[in-house]
Amino acid sequence: MAHDAVAPAAGGTSEMVRSATSESRLARYGLIALSLAFVGLFLVLPLAIVFTEALRKGPGAFFEAIADPETWAAIRLTLLVAAIAVPLNLVFGIAAAWAIAKFEFKGKAFLTTLIDLPFSVSPVISGLVFVLLFGSHSLLGPWLGSHGIKVLFAVPGIVLATVFVTFPFVARELIPLMQEQGTSDEEAALSLGASGWQTFWYVTLPNIKWGLLYGVLLCNARAMGEFGAVSVVSGHIRGMTNTMPLQVEILYNEYNFIGAFAVATLLALLALVTLVIKSLLEFKFSAQIAAARKH
Amino acid sequence: MEVRVQDIRKDFGRFPALDKVSLDIRSGELIALLGPSGSGKTTLLRLIAGLESPTDGTIFFGDDDASKKTVQQRNIGFVFQHYALFRHMTVIDNVAFGLKVRPSSRRPAAADIRKRAEDLIELVQLGGLEKRYPAQLSGGQRQRVALARAMAVEPNVLLLDEPFGALDAQVRKELRRWLREIHDRTGHTTVFVTHDQDEALELADRVVVMSKGRIEQVGTPDEIYDTPNSPFVFGFIGQSNTLPVRVENGQLWLEDRSIGLSAPGEPEGPAELYFRPHDIDLLDGCGGCLAGVVTLSRRVAGTRHVELDIAGSTRRIEIELPSDVAATPGTRIAFRPNRWRLFRS
Repeated sequence: MAHDAVAPAAGGTSEMVRSATSESRLARYGLIALSLAFVGLFLVLPLAIVFTEALRKGPGAFFEAIADPETWAAIRLTLLVAAIAVPLNLVFGIAAAWAIAKFEFKGKAFLTTLIDLPFSVSPVISGLVFVLLFGSHSLLGPWLGSHGIKVLFAVPGIVLATVFVTFPFVARELIPLMQEQGTSDEEAALSLGASGWQTFWYVTLPNIKWGLLYGVLLCNARAMGEFGAVSVVSGHIRGMTNTMPLQVEILYNEYNFIGAFAVATLLALLALVTLVIKSLLEFKFSAQIAAARKH
Repeated sequence: MEVRVQDIRKDFGRFPALDKVSLDIRSGELIALLGPSGSGKTTLLRLIAGLESPTDGTIFFGDDDASKKTVQQRNIGFVFQHYALFRHMTVIDNVAFGLKVRPSSRRPAAADIRKRAEDLIELVQLGGLEKRYPAQLSGGQRQRVALARAMAVEPNVLLLDEPFGALDAQVRKELRRWLREIHDRTGHTTVFVTHDQDEALELADRVVVMSKGRIEQVGTPDEIYDTPNSPFVFGFIGQSNTLPVRVENGQLWLEDRSIGLSAPGEPEGPAELYFRPHDIDLLDGCGGCLAGVVTLSRRVAGTRHVELDIAGSTRRIEIELPSDVAATPGTRIAFRPNRWRLFRS
């Protein structure tokens, strides 16, 4: 009896015995068609347009647009900002997730809410916060000015705004994972004589590495793509404080469509590469990832 | 190594999990901490391990005061309830972990570590599975890996938290016997926590019965079963019956009837009579006995479990009789406990 009931459901071929959760053929294909149409209209089509616009006048014009010194400066600045912001948030994210998942303390719920703050606040406000904090009429402004430290309309301001906006990615990814895994693996390592650092390095980090990697990828994508907050603090100085998204806007406003779309392709490529790396990793290490989730 | 727990107290917030607990564990002994959930048994185990620190009191390993030491310095082996195997490491890497993380001055050579890990895997009968990951093992196999990993560091004391709790009955029974064998072969001082009295009574040299953060009784399985020293232990271990009786002139009375038991030296007044279902003698006539009417009769393997309504009490009493005694509901049965104890509240 049990065998009869299980076999068709597992095979999924028999129309006679359908499992309770499988829909009719019409409903299934209808849902699939709907999702494909949606994805095509809102994701694939715009992406295709970005690429065709960028290459409208041929690859020569495309590379010329990218080789433009101001554009080149924007690319370098974007890479620099990401290279600072992502490692910082990697460390902050692990620290925050560790604190929340493994310890009991007063104000834990408050801290968890605070971590979400950058997600719930409009990026423009995030940028304005730094203007109010470091601007020339602010509390810190005159002191910074007199010591020759330039935060606003300079690289430090852009880094700060980016760090703020991208803070939640790593922490949000790790907190549920670490909470689910609990502390007994760490206790086991300590009881076997491992030091705190060894425990982190050999036990905690391997347990969270896939979640961490995913968080870092998302964090990086956002760090490079952030527009609102960076736009407020950057000052739009050409060749100096323009990141790639800001450069796209400037070029577009100047009707330099080839240039704007060329830079936009780079950002789109970044997104695609992020997705491909993630899928590749998941494909290559699927057994390990499943083991880490289950166990 | 012998372990002495002295006047340990542990508070979680305002709630005391352990209150003034003292216990001597002899070297090479296999000892069970037995109690219902919330009795503090796991807390005591974690305190010995150094995974928790006591609010008050001291723990000695031999002559060393261990309470000042961290879990790493105590050199214990701890087997967690859900094993806590390192999921990204193979069986052999799990077992070798405790040796690999030692500072280079105390770390054996790589070949020796490998040899030792392989020997332990052989000891726990997992030879051939060295390269497997924990997710590829059954529950019982994971349990064995956890034990091998804990033993790899030559621990002063081996601590096991509900070692068989997550296994099904058959595997549980097998592993129980097997753990006893391993213990007899290696001679590690071993403490394990359980809420299963069969496990404790069958496996341990001595059993520590705990309740509400206190130790109720410490003794061999026979002592615990035959001479429980408190109503809690009497009720918690095995089956028991209780009846409210009265002591008068050294005799026990239930309401207005003498039940034929004498208690010389007991002070006069009300008391609670405890006896086990199988510790009774059937009587033909009743010149001082307990008598009742059978309400339920069940045959369980070689014995007959009989529930009685006792005259003079509303309590339901269960006794065990040989299976050939016909005790159909409605029959009258007279009996007298041959082993019993009185407790006063």
